[in-house]
Amino acid sequence: MSSSTDSANSINYRFNSFAPRNFTLVLVICGVLLFVCVLASLAFGSRLVSWNELIDGLFHSNTDSYGANVVRKRVSRTVFSLFCGAALGVSGALMQAVTRNPIADPSILGVNTGASLFVVSGIAFFNISTANQFIWFALAGAAITAVFVFGIGSMGRGGATPLKLVLAGAATSAALSSLVTAIMLPRSYVMDQFRFWQVGSVGSGSWDSIITFLPFLIIGMLLGIFSASALNALALGDEMATVLGIKTSMLRLIAAVAAVLLCGATTALAGPIGFIGLLSAHAIRLMLGPDLRYIIPLSAISGAIILTISDVIGRLLGSPGELEVGVVTAFIGAPLLIILAMKLKVRSL
Amino acid sequence: MINNNSVKFIMAGRRKRRRRWILVTGLLAGLAFILCWTMLLLGNTIYPVNEVIRVLLGEELNGVSFAVNTIRLPRMLTGLLAGFAFGIAGNTFQTMLRNPLASPDVIGITAGSSAAAVFCILILHTSGAVVSIASVIAGLATVLLIYIFSRGRTFSIGRLILVGIGIQAMLNALISYLLLVGAQQDIPAALRWLSGSLNGSQMHELPPLSVTVLIFAPIIIMLGKHLSMLELGEQMATSLGINTDKTRILLIVSAVTMIALATATTGPIAFVAFLSGPIAKRLVGVGLSNAIPAGLVGVNLVLAGDLIGQFAFDVRYPVGIITGILGAPYLLFLLIRMNRKGDL
Repeated sequence: MSSSTDSANSINYRFNSFAPRNFTLVLVICGVLLFVCVLASLAFGSRLVSWNELIDGLFHSNTDSYGANVVRKRVSRTVFSLFCGAALGVSGALMQAVTRNPIADPSILGVNTGASLFVVSGIAFFNISTANQFIWFALAGAAITAVFVFGIGSMGRGGATPLKLVLAGAATSAALSSLVTAIMLPRSYVMDQFRFWQVGSVGSGSWDSIITFLPFLIIGMLLGIFSASALNALALGDEMATVLGIKTSMLRLIAAVAAVLLCGATTALAGPIGFIGLLSAHAIRLMLGPDLRYIIPLSAISGAIILTISDVIGRLLGSPGELEVGVVTAFIGAPLLIILAMKLKVRSL
Repeated sequence: MINNNSVKFIMAGRRKRRRRWILVTGLLAGLAFILCWTMLLLGNTIYPVNEVIRVLLGEELNGVSFAVNTIRLPRMLTGLLAGFAFGIAGNTFQTMLRNPLASPDVIGITAGSSAAAVFCILILHTSGAVVSIASVIAGLATVLLIYIFSRGRTFSIGRLILVGIGIQAMLNALISYLLLVGAQQDIPAALRWLSGSLNGSQMHELPPLSVTVLIFAPIIIMLGKHLSMLELGEQMATSLGINTDKTRILLIVSAVTMIALATATTGPIAFVAFLSGPIAKRLVGVGLSNAIPAGLVGVNLVLAGDLIGQFAFDVRYPVGIITGILGAPYLLFLLIRMNRKGDL
């Protein structure tokens, strides 16, 4: 693997040895936005905290005002949503690269719903109850669904075209979410706290879930980042990538495993949150161009920003309760799907 | 030159297809009739046929009258009318766009009507005519939006379906938001508006839906021949003497009105509009208009789905969950077949 990565790197360096033109600017923008959305996530909610309370809650652990405690509660939620967003962003970017298809995202391809169904079945039939168990069920569900959807989507002439993949994903997702509802409905008293299996929410984020999540996040991210430059070669087409010395099926497998790890673990803890992968990868691509060595890591940052902002919007729109973040991201993300569909050339559909 | 023998051959084929059409339609109608009666007879208590008939003829029977007149009859009639509307309207879109995936519930038209109905009922607290009108307008607006977004330089059905899926995702998010604000996550209400249900059907909700079906279903059925000519393609249809634009607009308005009213009454019952057309076509075969068979398949799906949902399990599932679980595998099967044939 390493030799193939090296050769791809040398090719890439010859043509594109510099960072994209706006790289520094984009980094600065991302940093500022990240800071702003973290502040917003700490400050806004069903109770607006003041500046002093915010500072107290973060830095003065001995202060015991109500506001300071609220802020401390929100810290874990914010960190959790940053991590989930990062995972979903990278997962989406990887899926787009593996399927060589701009309209790919864990939710559009139905992978999130698959993970969700497995967790809900696990709770209903196998009495699983801890985050650790959720994750393994979710990973199994995500992996099976990903293989299934890709299998159906790549049948027939022309391989996996965007239209075929999206349709296969939408159909699978519809089937699985009917099953999720059917399993949850009779157990609604148990499932009441788990309503987020249907739409996705980061409200349940605690330090425990963050610690469970972390290993999967790190492994997925590392796999994704290391396969980035080889995925660049894959973008030239399978033949070209092979000529450049890349084992395409091995690469696809590694990148897909990374994508499934990231979105499966996220879904296990936060439910199926849609469109983050689509939004974050395209936002970075728009600013920095198609080089995956930048898109994949930076999608983590943009994904974190988008998910956290969406969570804040959901809290504000739904107050005094909250609107699940999955609903907000679908509303923001679906227009991008429409725009991408409008831009696609007829032949590539 | 067409000689006598080939005329005979063509006529024989025609007769054969017509016989098959009549047979299939008759069987579907018979099945629908049986399901309607089952809906009236079954429930917490099973009443004998003669008692139900006496109640329907206007007699007052203790207990039976209430159960049949206020619960079972409205439920059955709503399912009947909504199923017919979904089936016939779905088939119209699928035939007109020449793709089974282009059904109103796949490309988001149903979600548009549903969102409007939810907005009127839960936020504005209106009912009756306002809800009906709003859902029709929203349905037509959704069609227009999908058309504008998918027009492009050259028309492509694939793009239309992708745009429709995007619009549907957005509208469903909007519905979830409205449910949160309006119903405080009242789960029965949520299920009704997200997947469709016959629970809580009432007699006074029926008139708008029945009037719509009585007006627009005949229009679509009468235009059936034109619809099959449209299926041959724009140029062929024009040369056969059809004003394609006028026909198409009339068909779209009729189909959307039926879909909208049915959705405003029952919520978007999952996949009925999508399933009815292809199933009817399978049964009837090609060559004859399958508007009526599609409508009847819709009726059978809704009524059978509701019966299964009510009585097959320990829990009562709304009909939309049942049709959703039945419909999605068929969608996958259809996709696999289309992919193999290279239709996509």
